[in-house]
Amino acid sequence: MLKEFRQSLLVSIWFVFLTFPLMVVRVNTTESIVEWRWMSLVWVAVASFFLSYLWRYMLARQQAKKKVEEEGVQQLSKAQLLLEDMTFRYKAMGVLLAFSLVFPWIFDTYQSTIMISALIYVVLGLGLNISVGLAGLLDLGYVAFFAVGAYSYALINHHFDFGFWACLPVGGVLGCLFGVILGFPILRLRGDYLAIVTLGFGMIIKVVLENWNEFSFGPSGIANIDRPGLFGIDMNIDGSTTYIYYIMVAMVVFTILITMRLRNSRIGRAWIALREDEIACVAMGIDMARTKLSAYALGAFWAGMVGVLFAAKTTFINPASFTFMESAIILSIVVLGGMGSILGVILGAFILILLPEYLRAFSEYRMLAFGAAMVLMMIFRPQGIISNIRQKYEYKGLKEEADNG
Amino acid sequence: MEYFIELFLSGLTRGSIYALIALGYTMVYGIIQLINFAHGEIYMIGAFVALIVAGVCTIYGFAGVSVLIIAAIAAVIYASAYGYTLEKIAYRPLRGAPRLSPLISAIGMSIFLQNYVLLAQTSDFLPFPRLIPDFEFMEPVAHIIGSPELVILVTTVVTMILLTLLIKKTKVGKAMRATQQDMSMARLVGINVDRIISLTFVIGSALAAIGGVLVASYIGQVNFYIGFLAGVKAFTAAVLGGIGSIPGAVLGGLVLGLTESFAAGYVSSDYEDVFAFGLLVLILILRPAGILGKARKQKV
Repeated sequence: MLKEFRQSLLVSIWFVFLTFPLMVVRVNTTESIVEWRWMSLVWVAVASFFLSYLWRYMLARQQAKKKVEEEGVQQLSKAQLLLEDMTFRYKAMGVLLAFSLVFPWIFDTYQSTIMISALIYVVLGLGLNISVGLAGLLDLGYVAFFAVGAYSYALINHHFDFGFWACLPVGGVLGCLFGVILGFPILRLRGDYLAIVTLGFGMIIKVVLENWNEFSFGPSGIANIDRPGLFGIDMNIDGSTTYIYYIMVAMVVFTILITMRLRNSRIGRAWIALREDEIACVAMGIDMARTKLSAYALGAFWAGMVGVLFAAKTTFINPASFTFMESAIILSIVVLGGMGSILGVILGAFILILLPEYLRAFSEYRMLAFGAAMVLMMIFRPQGIISNIRQKYEYKGLKEEADNG
Repeated sequence: MEYFIELFLSGLTRGSIYALIALGYTMVYGIIQLINFAHGEIYMIGAFVALIVAGVCTIYGFAGVSVLIIAAIAAVIYASAYGYTLEKIAYRPLRGAPRLSPLISAIGMSIFLQNYVLLAQTSDFLPFPRLIPDFEFMEPVAHIIGSPELVILVTTVVTMILLTLLIKKTKVGKAMRATQQDMSMARLVGINVDRIISLTFVIGSALAAIGGVLVASYIGQVNFYIGFLAGVKAFTAAVLGGIGSIPGAVLGGLVLGLTESFAAGYVSSDYEDVFAFGLLVLILILRPAGILGKARKQKV
């Protein structure tokens, strides 16, 4: 007891020392003013004192859990069992779909707009989930493909006056193409190199978009992009928001279906195997480069497609929408939701996008919380909010024999 | 010709800063095979602490080189402390976890530290006081190389020599090399591996802080976001030279700095980042082990 107290006290003192210059002092060198904020020191001291108790407790719990797992007992919580229950699943999906269909008629346009952006992130999260969650390829420049999609629609629309529906597949295919072009040389590399190269690629795209004025109109962006058309019917803003909302819902459903089928397909299993153990996977005769490339390209495909929709929704895009922070947000959606788990990613997107939207007062702490959550999640719950349950096959005949005998 | 020399020297200056930061990446990667994404943030924190200390000192009446030294020492101490804490919180619990976990944790930590500084201080660019004086003996060549550049180059060289001595000659350095070669074997012969890893983080962070102070007083401004780009560039430098190799990091830093400087000077300064990453991709395709790195065979 006393030992724990002393430990926490030491932690508290350490953090007071650590945060002192940044939290307490604020200098203004031009006007020669030093501002001392002593109160924040008290907060740091108290918070770190109690958090260190919590930290130790959580770590101990984690250790205990690991020990149990090593003994081979895998427990599923009640919620997980419920989720695995197929009839419950269908019912829940039906209710959710019905709710999402009547949503724009219950709430106003503002809510629909927020919902659209949340759904955009759902699709982005699911797309990134293919490469990060399933294939284990950490992509830090995912937003670049989103930008490719958005700019392809905006530019084609601007120069050739093509409509949304014609550009939707074009955006997806272009995103895919960029994924292949970029992925081809670097997919032989180890995972962490891939992370840094994709990060670099994300930056390059942004730099090019900002500076190549003749091509992308530079930082001022492209305005007056057409909204999606519906057989030439004129719509007011409310109407077209609802329309985009429905397109988005359809897209989410489409994405979920495809990713679900993909995950259980031959190639999906190859991705998961590759994520778990590259060498064993190659030894089993899986073409590593091709498998990785397909994961990467398919992930990019969704980003490109949803980018087209993003451009159509906002009717204005500029390079500022495609920063590293966006990639980080999408990545944290996947990580927090649960890598590989479709339901988890959807839930993660809703939590991470809607929560800050409704808690405006805390919006400046959003990225701080995201960063902390990513670290804590990795330490205490690496499988995410909803863990992906691996499918198992049981040979029924053998079991019956064992029961009888 | 003079333009060429000017570009060469500015590239060298820039490159030596990259090298200082890249050393932290390379050392950490060499020991625990982790890209410490938050390393750039440590560099930024070093620069910020130096700014705060220097600001307070000048306001309370200190002046001249003494301020620079006090600020640099404070920056090194704080950056090391942050590096140590970072390892303890974000990486140590993940030892033995799948490879992706510490990487994501590192990215999370990088985002966290950036926003911590943003919230605790400001999002604006803060002017960094000019701490490096103009030396008189530099006057004849002042149009080619300024005093700050000279200070940066000299400091870098001295730091590199000290680091090499530390790693090659001391007992601690021997332990570090042993840990890098084989962690479990090092543990068997009585090396406290955890302490060595902590020490690696501390040394890397201290080097980054030195880089941070030098850059901040050279460029003259500091912002919460500077660590990100610098970190990525320095990592590029580390990969260029061959990650895990200390002379490689220095060489990689210099090559990267020169490439950027010449690209900015002769092609276009808008695209200097593009050249840096283009170089990275090229190296990764042609020679994934880096210039000085040895290709490690993957063993099962």
